[in-house]
Amino acid sequence: MKIHQLSLFIENKAGQLTEPCALLADAGINILTLMLADTQQFGILRLIVRDWDKTKTLLEDNGHVVNVTEVVAIEVPDRPGGIKEIIEIIDTESLNIEYMYAFTSGRKDKSVIIFRFEDVDNAIEVLKDKGVNVIGSIDLFDQVENS
Amino acid sequence: MSITKTEHHTSFVIDNKIWDPAETLSRSQLRELQAVRLREIVARVADVPFYSDAFKERNISPDSIQSVDDLHKLPFTNKSDLRDHYPLGFLAVPREKLVRLHGSSGTTGKPTFVGYTPKDMKMWSDICARFLTAGGLRPEHTVQIAFGYGLFTGGFGLHYGVEKVGALVIPVGGGNTERQLSLMMDLNTEVLVCTPSYALYLAEYAREKGIGPDELPLQYAHLGGEPWTEDMRIEIERQMGLYAFNNYGLSEVIGPGVSGECAARCGMHIQEDHFLVECLNPDTLEPVAEGEKGELVFTTLTKKAMPLIRYRTRDIASLDSSPCVCGRTTVRMSRVVGRTDDMMIIRGVNVFPSQIEEALLRVEGTAPHYQIIISRPQALDEVTVRVEMRPEDFSDMMTKMQDLKMRIIKEIQHVANIRANVELVDPHTLERFQGKAQRVVDNRQDQA
Repeated sequence: MKIHQLSLFIENKAGQLTEPCALLADAGINILTLMLADTQQFGILRLIVRDWDKTKTLLEDNGHVVNVTEVVAIEVPDRPGGIKEIIEIIDTESLNIEYMYAFTSGRKDKSVIIFRFEDVDNAIEVLKDKGVNVIGSIDLFDQVENS
Repeated sequence: MSITKTEHHTSFVIDNKIWDPAETLSRSQLRELQAVRLREIVARVADVPFYSDAFKERNISPDSIQSVDDLHKLPFTNKSDLRDHYPLGFLAVPREKLVRLHGSSGTTGKPTFVGYTPKDMKMWSDICARFLTAGGLRPEHTVQIAFGYGLFTGGFGLHYGVEKVGALVIPVGGGNTERQLSLMMDLNTEVLVCTPSYALYLAEYAREKGIGPDELPLQYAHLGGEPWTEDMRIEIERQMGLYAFNNYGLSEVIGPGVSGECAARCGMHIQEDHFLVECLNPDTLEPVAEGEKGELVFTTLTKKAMPLIRYRTRDIASLDSSPCVCGRTTVRMSRVVGRTDDMMIIRGVNVFPSQIEEALLRVEGTAPHYQIIISRPQALDEVTVRVEMRPEDFSDMMTKMQDLKMRIIKEIQHVANIRANVELVDPHTLERFQGKAQRVVDNRQDQA
């Protein structure tokens, strides 16, 4: 049920995003979603792509520093309060969120939120136990790309 | 005393053997011997034009130097002084007394030549025999010398030292790695003599040929001729399955053998009956406190052909005179951590690139590529250390990345006593100069 997320070190200066994006474009790699965390001097670009291992090799071969992290994708209703219910469960169960980001999925009325938990295995177990719709990578890509 | 190798070795020991009783003189005996020899050498150099002028200028007569405490009255000798008296203006004996000439490479101009009388050659082999013995060399060993022979002192100095000990020398000379390796395997070479960087190169070459530490017959390496780090030692020992010893010397003073490590490997014992060492603040030229880094300055006490008074090496190291477990009473010098040429003065604080490297090493385990940028935006100097990001240090979590940066800043402050900005940059973005990053960019002059 875990999703592999690639993180890329990016110096915070003009044009730094162009090169990795061009690499992926030329290789025909579709980015499902991305999120950039930045400071004044550097940033971390987090990417979710289907062929994460191939993409990692491609980026590394071109001199980028990349790491792979396991994250959790949760499907939530795309309506007011949709995320509130999930966060309440996470709070109650004391799951520690390192960071999170959301995007709308291809499925109508549904959004997907990516969570980076401190302890990913425990988080998945607890969330599923509580009936949260944790989706695996096959579902995730099928939903978004085939819609 | 014996040292047992654990970790990457099954087990073998180096028994403690001391070549020359002079290495264990009491401090007071040594001090007395040094005083006698210092007086002799001052009297002898009084006829060398450079020193006779310098003595006149300072009103020094040989009588004014009675003990080692009078050393500070004497003038310094710089490399540039040797160049100014090119080729042989520093000789204290007639040229016909010489039996050998060596020199330093002339990468920064003309070479500097150093002459040797037969007595100098004997002393040189003797001090090389001392450190080789301290580092495990025994008459039954086979030694491969992979140093260049020629004007460079490395090859010959070690060669004579090994002969003196009575071990078997294979004088292969520098380079030709394939032949080095096959000779080593065929002749069962136990001891390797070369530069640390060549040892690493040889280890990698062997590994590519499928020859690992267990197959290599090597047990010891005596490495010198360039500064190296503890990290490199660990790497060389791991890859070659041997015990590596550091030695130090410079051609102007004699060549290799000025100092070398014993089996305790807690600094290099300086052959103080032949060389008087000072460790000075390179700015004030006053002695630094023991244990603090400073420029090493040597006075040769016994050299015949070309004695030097207070020769400024530009090498930065520290001294330790605490008793050594090996029983030698001589003062020990640390690794050379830098050159005064590399020294940066930042807000009045002396900082060496090697200190920044040490800080990075402490934070990240091994030092990544880095660059030090000095600027003076307003009145005060600012230092920015740019550190290339490596996969093993990179995290997807911003908190960890910020933490890494903070730890580097704190460690630099701790080691070098300066507050630096740290920038994490993409790999392979820092300029390389002959495979090495250009370490320091000083932009202050531009704004002056």
